Amino acid sequence: MLLNQFLLLSAVLFSIGVYGVLARRNGVLVLMSIELILNAVNINLVAFAAFTGTIGGEVFALFVIAVAAAEVGVGLAMVLLLYRSSRTIDLTTVDRLRG
Amino acid sequence: MTVLAALEGMDRLSSGDVLVAQNVAFAIMAITMVASALRMVTTRNVVHAALYLVIVLAGVAGIFILLGAEFLGVTQIMVYIGAIVVLFLFGIMLTKGSFGDDDGVTGERRLMAGLVGLLVFGVMAAALVESFADAELSRSGPSTTADIADSIFGYYIVPFEAVSVLLLAALIGAIVVARKD
Repeated sequence: MLLNQFLLLSAVLFSIGVYGVLARRNGVLVLMSIELILNAVNINLVAFAAFTGTIGGEVFALFVIAVAAAEVGVGLAMVLLLYRSSRTIDLTTVDRLRG
Repeated sequence: MTVLAALEGMDRLSSGDVLVAQNVAFAIMAITMVASALRMVTTRNVVHAALYLVIVLAGVAGIFILLGAEFLGVTQIMVYIGAIVVLFLFGIMLTKGSFGDDDGVTGERRLMAGLVGLLVFGVMAAALVESFADAELSRSGPSTTADIADSIFGYYIVPFEAVSVLLLAALIGAIVVARKD
């Protein structure tokens, strides 16, 4: 197997995630797209771990999974708070801090 | 002599046929993942998006196993599909009615986002093809769970503890932010 096939797959998933973050307005869907980006990064880490024959990449992929879990917890709590205070999770309407 | 011949046969087996099987498995998983990811960011139904996310995450777990990271593949299934997707579904259901279907996106916004995504992919693909044109993965066998455990609780003990504290802080923070008072 070539190293590049994994890296290119990861690049495709990353780009789709970037599209999702930019194009969607639903807060939950934006969080899901961020998960997609983090998973693309994990594929990269594990592919390079297999390429170099070291274990560090896999360990850091585990750390990324843990940080992603923390991020989803806090992010969904914020989306719920947003829903409770303004009855919508449309991110384009959240501009109260605009000057 | 016979042992050597047998070894050569085994080597041909593991370098030829098995590798073809691995490439076929990779192709199936990659196509499924990319199609599901595209559907996820374009579908109007948010619950369907969460289910497409499950397919992508399962594909990532399969890629991990293909790369010999079996512990990571199982962790991916347990943490992502078992916990995070359920959390997403709860989030969707608790905020339902506000956004029945995400018609999402005006044409211009979608166009610009697509342009940015294509640009990001173009730059990364060019750099990758330039840098790792024909780099082959070394086949050193799967990494065992014991290796990962030794590594986490030895060399990477400080980042591991930092992640533990981060998880605790995120847990408390999520409860404080989301509770009704």
